[in-house]
Amino acid sequence: MSVLTESTIALSSGPVTDPGASQLLEVSMGPQHPSTHGVFRMDVSLDGEQVVKLKPVFGYLHRNHEKIAENESYLGCMPYTDRLDYICSITNNWAYALAVETLAGIKVPERAEYLRVITGELTRLQNHASLVGFLMQDMGASGTPLMYAFREREKILDLFEALTGARMMCNYMRFGGCRVDAPAGWLQQAQKVIDAFPKFLDEFESLLRTNEILMARTQGVGRVSKELAINAGLTGPMARASGVNYDLRKVDSYGIYDRFSFRVPLGEFGDVYDRYMIRLLEMRESLEILKQAMREIPAGPIMDPGTKIRGFRPKAGEAYGRIEAPKGELGFYLISDGTGNPYRFRVRPPSLINLTVLEDMCLGRNVADIVIILGSVDIVLGEVDR
Amino acid sequence: MNLEAIKSEIEANVPGCRLEIIPNTSPSAQHSLLVDSAHAFTVASFLRDGASVRLDYCSNVTGIDWPLKEISTKTKVKKLVDGVEKDVDEIVKTQTGGYLEAVYHLYSMEQRQGPVILRMRTEDRTDRVHLPSLTPLWRSADFQEREAFDLFGIIFDGHPDLRRLLMWEGFVDHPMRRDYVDPDDYEYEPTAHDEVLKRAKEHQAAEGGL
Repeated sequence: MSVLTESTIALSSGPVTDPGASQLLEVSMGPQHPSTHGVFRMDVSLDGEQVVKLKPVFGYLHRNHEKIAENESYLGCMPYTDRLDYICSITNNWAYALAVETLAGIKVPERAEYLRVITGELTRLQNHASLVGFLMQDMGASGTPLMYAFREREKILDLFEALTGARMMCNYMRFGGCRVDAPAGWLQQAQKVIDAFPKFLDEFESLLRTNEILMARTQGVGRVSKELAINAGLTGPMARASGVNYDLRKVDSYGIYDRFSFRVPLGEFGDVYDRYMIRLLEMRESLEILKQAMREIPAGPIMDPGTKIRGFRPKAGEAYGRIEAPKGELGFYLISDGTGNPYRFRVRPPSLINLTVLEDMCLGRNVADIVIILGSVDIVLGEVDR
Repeated sequence: MNLEAIKSEIEANVPGCRLEIIPNTSPSAQHSLLVDSAHAFTVASFLRDGASVRLDYCSNVTGIDWPLKEISTKTKVKKLVDGVEKDVDEIVKTQTGGYLEAVYHLYSMEQRQGPVILRMRTEDRTDRVHLPSLTPLWRSADFQEREAFDLFGIIFDGHPDLRRLLMWEGFVDHPMRRDYVDPDDYEYEPTAHDEVLKRAKEHQAAEGGL
């Protein structure tokens, strides 16, 4: 029978007598975590359950998009923009096309403008639909609401496939117009999808709008004041949930947005619930725009005949073009030195800049709230890291 | 409000600042305002709070690299050659660039105006690369200035947390510089492209052969 001898290894610190005293727990959330919506990490310091510090860590998906584009022709940059925010490739194309058009003073034909509005608003519909689905998923409503949202998104992706040949990497727009015209029957098919969409919204809202768990988890969580939202450069639904009346479709009325009547929903409290509701309301306004655009779309050419997109060499100069992408203000800043590829190609990513206030929103909240606060920002890491 | 008016308004209110309008000849006609870095912060805070434009929203911040470039232009000059007046080509060399530039696109949400484009230039591209940070004025510049520091190597004085954003800690160079050469620190998969095979061969030779 062995005798227990006293250990020679000294204990580094004594036994815990006062649990939870002045000890912060450091948690590394991500980079591989379903709630981070991609490869994204947050270094969180916790006091018990409460967040006392949160530093986002970027760059896991960094491939230096801007450098690649500076070694490409102007046309060759277009398919790369699909990979920024890969949920909404068409609005990325649009922002880039708009920047080049501003740089070179290109006019876009009527029909192409309408096709841009129709595809752009369909993109907004499917982005917001999948976002609210993901937000429910983050809250623990596992599966069902997300699948409802994906069912609708799928119909829109089918439309994109019929029009552009690809579901997500659409590569649809060109400076001076669009790549292909809508095939026969496409507009009728799109009309059917648009007509059926309000039913999904009604269903979704009756399912969740006054759901007790949703309200308890989201109301008053992750608040951003109006002043902070402006100063931190928040754009898109994030800013409008905080009551900032700034929608580039109204402010710049780029393209032909001044022809449509639609409203800009604004939130009052700037919390997660407001951001969720703003997106539901924006989908209804998008449907309004779509209805008007489908009614008015004229026949005609879809490319500006004076623009040579291959071997395109704009005059030296620079331009900043921006649009209201589903996630916020997506801008492209281009400098031309008169050669065939841009001297400077800069993407202003709304997802990255909307994350500026992530720490402010999470401080003092519980760990579980981080997940839904991040979910309500609506990021895509392809765009954050570029 | 045009840029000329904004310029004279700043000059009246910020004494001693040197401003210059950089014209943009492309159809976009987005001219920009070059500010000397010593007064940039004062000028920017005046644009945000004091000026009649009230630029409360800083949309886009980025860096640009302009390496030193020599441009030689030929001009015909009349000269006396052997007592006869003749047209002689004379080459005039001018130098441009040799600095890093930070560009800010400012808008006014209140008055729905913009963009007012603000530019600042560093003194050179190697050691005097300091510019004042405008993050204390617009928090939206926070991540974007970190990105410009990371990729271009512009050091923003007064930034609360100037760390690399996209590249990892410990990375030395700045990848968006025009003269950046990627480090030869990885194995090449010798795929059947001439360029790749050549680089793989060089890499293997440097490593002492396979």
